[in-house]
Amino acid sequence: MSELTLKHPGAMGAENPPVSKDGSAGHFYMTREHHPENGTLLGFWLYLMSDCLVFAVLFACYGVLGRNYAAGPGGAELFELPLVALNTALLLISSITYGFAMLEMQKRRKGAVLMWLAITGVFGAGFLGVELYEFAHLIHEGAGPQRSAFLSSFFALVGTHGLHVTFGILWLITLMVQVSKHGLVAANRRRLMCLSMFWHFLDVVWIGVFTFVYLMGVL
Amino acid sequence: MFANLDLTKLIFGRLTWEAIPYHEPILLVTFIAVCLGGIAVLAGITYMKWWGPLWRDWITSIDHKKIGVMYMILGLIMLLRGFADAIMMRAQQAIAFNGSEGYLPPHHYDQVFTAHGVIMIFFVAMPLVTGFMNYIVPLQIGARDVAFPFLNNFSFWMTTFGALLVMASLFVGEFAKTGWLAYPPLSGILASPDVGVDYYIWALQIAGVGTLLSGVNLIATIVKMRAPGMGMMKMPIFTWTALCTNVLIVAAFPVLTAVLVLLSLDRYVGTNFFTNDLGGNAMMYVNLIWIWGHPEVYILILPCFGIFSEVVATFCGKRLFGYTSMVYATVVITILSYLVWLHHFFTMGSGASVNSFFGITTMIISIPTGAKIFNWLFTMYKGRIKFELPMMWTIAFMITFVIGGMTGVLLAVPPADFVLHNSLFLIAHFHNVIIGGVLFGLFAGIYYWFPKAFGYKLDPFWGKMSFWFWVVGFYFAFMPLYVLGLMGVTRRMNRFDDPSLQIWFIIAALGAAMIAVGIASMLIQFAVSYMRREQLRDHTGDPWGGRTLEWSTSSPPPDYNFAFTPIVHDNDSWYDMKRRHYVRPTEGFIPIHMPKNTAAGFVIAALAAATGFGLIWHMWLLVVVGFVATIVATIVHTFNYKRDFHIPKEEVTRVEDARTRLLAAHV
Repeated sequence: MSELTLKHPGAMGAENPPVSKDGSAGHFYMTREHHPENGTLLGFWLYLMSDCLVFAVLFACYGVLGRNYAAGPGGAELFELPLVALNTALLLISSITYGFAMLEMQKRRKGAVLMWLAITGVFGAGFLGVELYEFAHLIHEGAGPQRSAFLSSFFALVGTHGLHVTFGILWLITLMVQVSKHGLVAANRRRLMCLSMFWHFLDVVWIGVFTFVYLMGVL
Repeated sequence: MFANLDLTKLIFGRLTWEAIPYHEPILLVTFIAVCLGGIAVLAGITYMKWWGPLWRDWITSIDHKKIGVMYMILGLIMLLRGFADAIMMRAQQAIAFNGSEGYLPPHHYDQVFTAHGVIMIFFVAMPLVTGFMNYIVPLQIGARDVAFPFLNNFSFWMTTFGALLVMASLFVGEFAKTGWLAYPPLSGILASPDVGVDYYIWALQIAGVGTLLSGVNLIATIVKMRAPGMGMMKMPIFTWTALCTNVLIVAAFPVLTAVLVLLSLDRYVGTNFFTNDLGGNAMMYVNLIWIWGHPEVYILILPCFGIFSEVVATFCGKRLFGYTSMVYATVVITILSYLVWLHHFFTMGSGASVNSFFGITTMIISIPTGAKIFNWLFTMYKGRIKFELPMMWTIAFMITFVIGGMTGVLLAVPPADFVLHNSLFLIAHFHNVIIGGVLFGLFAGIYYWFPKAFGYKLDPFWGKMSFWFWVVGFYFAFMPLYVLGLMGVTRRMNRFDDPSLQIWFIIAALGAAMIAVGIASMLIQFAVSYMRREQLRDHTGDPWGGRTLEWSTSSPPPDYNFAFTPIVHDNDSWYDMKRRHYVRPTEGFIPIHMPKNTAAGFVIAALAAATGFGLIWHMWLLVVVGFVATIVATIVHTFNYKRDFHIPKEEVTRVEDARTRLLAAHV
């Protein structure tokens, strides 16, 4: 911050030289417009961390209730790991493709950004499709969220993640329209960056779900 | 499935004429009074042709000062509602002896104590605290607004619509009868099948989104937008406490959101998180809600500690004693507030080791808090104390809060807690710290910063009336509860068998009546001060000899706060500027970059509230339409790229010249 004070030695009116105890001239205000750093990315990080706490609560619930089968089916009987592996692959690949979109954004290639975003969206939708199939299958087998506390906490945790992916896709489509309309202007680049953080965050959460719920569930 | 689709059910859900409580005289009279009052206000606004200015300058405003004032108004209005509940309870308990059932039947009484708690915490203390942070923080750090001005407006309207839902429950249906934290299984669908708990859930969810976003907003503001030269350890103490509070908000409110979602899943979908059968665990809810709930009480008190720090330094004419220790004490309290939640349910049966851990962490919190009390005392020591209203409230706080703190440490001892748990001793304790700490702090803040916001001081006579009635009334109202609690009287009782207890309840009711006079005096004070505003006017912008940047600008501050962004050299930066003969700039003004007003926040919040109302009454058509409309409105808002403008140089010059002339004429 000191360079700001040095840059404007004439900040005080010349007719009223300020006097301080050490005799040096003090500068009390800036004569140019002050542009604080944009807080959007920090704000979005804070939001993500708060969202992370929502997942923390759901994980905690799963940790406490996850073995309360109430004489119903448990994870080992219900989870189909190949399906979950496919799902995980879809979501992880979508994160890579989003990364490509960001690389193209740095090169200011609008068309390529839109293409990679579309691919990301398709992978995200694929993930959702598989998840919905899994849910429908479970409910059909009588293992719906009402069956036991274990299934309640399973559906709440995985479902909340899926809901996030749904809103991520909605946001992605909105952003594609905005990028094609206004181009890669600063506001859009910032928004792409936020969605990027959101998308990767969902990836990280999914890795937790995959390990904690599915892998440990079939043990 | 569509065979028995009933259009009326789809539109109105379970809302019928039965839900309107016209058979309850108390509610009917209240409803008529509210309607008449509402019609009078609406007619007044129409007559004065205020709708345009109200919409343009307030409802759609993204100015942090106006939003701050609106939060304060919301908090004060809801204080009247919450206090009405309080005095109803005091009256009921004072007369329901010797076979008398009092005048409130149990189902009504239970709603009253639930609404009292919910309203006082969520819709009185929170809006007032958030209002102060909104108004003061950008001014103290030399910023033009908060980091996300639109979000700020949206947050405010979410909070307000949450409050509206609680108010609606008074006349449409009913409110929860579960106590303010709605513990299951009582709040589950089997024990509470009606709309009360749903009103509770959706009001808090909608208001909670607002609170969380305002927390994110203020952290980003404090971290990113401080004036040049203001390092972290040069921030005013109020800003420091606001920072810690908002960290707590961001780290605590998601837990509330999540746990209420799980409760609503239990109620709406039939899941088994907190049910008694199929593996549910109700203590999970109690743990989670207090993991939010305990930080929440520090969310409320920390900014008030900040207010007291500013007030003590200003009215003793001294630099705050132990600034650094004050900052560290605040940070330590922030961290420790997460390690004590279990002390709210020692009787759960976690065992001696767990209870000891949480008992000890609870006692440790009193160390940084005690350090703060000593810092304030040492600031007063050899200071030139001016007994203006803010200072009077601060002294009342220091005495009252220490008593409340000591009973708190007593409750922190698990064996003692086993005796006092759920008794009126607990009620007396937390009112002692919340009224004596939070409310007194908010009042000190109102008297301290009112001249900044409106340009004139509040009338001291009515202020002193209010002060003495409040403080004395508080002791009369709550000290008897300590006695009753030690005798084993439990909380939330609708009537009593033992006639020897009645005298204590009558004394408490008398105390509540005195507080009522205190509140009335405060309302009279606002009216009297407005009428006498020319005598009470402050032209300098610095009526108290302030020390921080908010006093360096005019009262009320211009839209842009500061014509030039200040450069900070000291943590009492305005005092430092005065000491070094700062001269206010009168020329060379520049255009100022500002955010533009928008109706989006109001519209989205209103749609969210409509969705919430639909969810409460199972009006599924309204839910779907409202939810889709909320999403669409949000997306439409993101297509607005032109969110700012420049206040032209001429306009800035005009405003500043007017102030120059004013200062020349009066000072």
